[in-house]
Amino acid sequence: MLSLSSVNWDPLFLTFKLALVTTLVLLLVGIPLGYWLAYSKSRLKPLLAVLVSMPLVLPPTVIGFYLLLAFSPNNALGAWLEQTFNLRLVFSFTGLVIASVIYGIPFMVHPIQSGLRGLPSAYKESAQLMGRNRFSILTRVLLPNMKPALLSGIVLSFAHTLGEFGVVLMIGGSIPGETRVASIAIYDEVERLNFGQAHLLSLILFAVAFIILLWVYTRGSKHWKGVLR
Amino acid sequence: MIDITLQKSLNSQGGKITLDLSLQIAAGSFNALFGPSGAGKTSTLKMISGLLKPDTGSIQSHGDIWFDSQKKINLAPGKRKIAYVFQDAALFPNMSVLENIKYAAGADPDKAYLENLISSMGLEKLVNHKPDMLSGGQAKRAALARALAQKPELLLLDEPFSALDQSAKIKLQQHLSRLHQDYGFTVILVSHDHAEVMQLAQNAFVIEDGKLLRSGTPAEVFGLESASDEITVMAQIIDHDTESITVMHQGRTYRLTWEASHQPTIGSWINIRLKTSNAQINALNKL
Repeated sequence: MLSLSSVNWDPLFLTFKLALVTTLVLLLVGIPLGYWLAYSKSRLKPLLAVLVSMPLVLPPTVIGFYLLLAFSPNNALGAWLEQTFNLRLVFSFTGLVIASVIYGIPFMVHPIQSGLRGLPSAYKESAQLMGRNRFSILTRVLLPNMKPALLSGIVLSFAHTLGEFGVVLMIGGSIPGETRVASIAIYDEVERLNFGQAHLLSLILFAVAFIILLWVYTRGSKHWKGVLR
Repeated sequence: MIDITLQKSLNSQGGKITLDLSLQIAAGSFNALFGPSGAGKTSTLKMISGLLKPDTGSIQSHGDIWFDSQKKINLAPGKRKIAYVFQDAALFPNMSVLENIKYAAGADPDKAYLENLISSMGLEKLVNHKPDMLSGGQAKRAALARALAQKPELLLLDEPFSALDQSAKIKLQQHLSRLHQDYGFTVILVSHDHAEVMQLAQNAFVIEDGKLLRSGTPAEVFGLESASDEITVMAQIIDHDTESITVMHQGRTYRLTWEASHQPTIGSWINIRLKTSNAQINALNKL
């Protein structure tokens, strides 16, 4: 019989921890990046815009493979990180976070970029004429007036990280408590023909994801309520 | 004195135009840029403010260089002592009226000045309202107060009276004239409304296709006699019968006798000449 007491909760906790940390890091990275992409007139802009969108089209294994090479202690970056900071990123939680952040970048940056572009240009221009600096304009005028876009970025990034599989498998492997997230655990259980555990983990992941999205759609904001109409 | 020389190629609604303008603006004066839409009025305002970069030219205000293409000087918009009222008010929706005003006033606001500004513009009851709770006229008044909270030397107004009903428009115009007299800032108003320019501005610059056609007092520019014992006011015909017409001027209606042979047309504008020898002049209503 399947019962909740027989569930191994570790992979689920690890999944949510990874999604939470990844989303927070993505917010910090995504806001300046989205701002730059929304307003810059640099010639490098198309190049960066393409790079940001790459995770949408590449199979996760490609990104995972290159990160695996980059992080490996046998290569320059990995060796330098290990010697300088005593940091090994392959098969570690920190490595998973970095990979998830890279893989999740478009899900945070695109909503922020289009949220900023959607605001009347007079908001930014008025604040500029008031002599305010970019940080003040961003945090006090622009971001507070594009909450739906921010929320959109946060939810998409979080939900996307919950479902990550390929990148994690490539650079994280399946170390219990360190890199064995729910999607990997489910795969392992199925490989072992342990369908009971696979069922429980899948069901819980399904239910949690469903509840988060339902909450966001119904209570989150006017913008998201509009999605249901 | 503000000396402005600007050249820029623009993609306007009617196609490509080359803006090439030279304007001299006296300190403390009220100026209007007048012309059809697509003439380059708003672009001129944006270039003066620093929001848009001219291809070549220079802008000097009281000896300070704001822009000079040869010397490669281009002062940031926030350093030009300019306030700008946008066509659609552009109040920040996340802030109340008071928060909008305080944000504009900066880190060390002159509280007495702000309080005076708020009360003189009749905004006391609206200070805690968010912009989405304001009518069009209230929002424009709040936007004007927010602009003046910056204590600008130069106030730029981009068609501030468009999309306002007649009474809101008159109220805002009265506030603006009085504040201009009280505080002595320089104004550049963008407008395509004759009556507005006639009523408010001391100087008018007529712009078409990016070029300055005429400049002078509104009366000179619009071809009216400057020395005369007559005053001309514009009014719109809103009704008529066989011997009289009803006209509207500044939100009030008047019935006048009609002796012309042709039929008046409802909706058309007429010039009414008043002889100053016959006119009775009443004190302006207090705000």
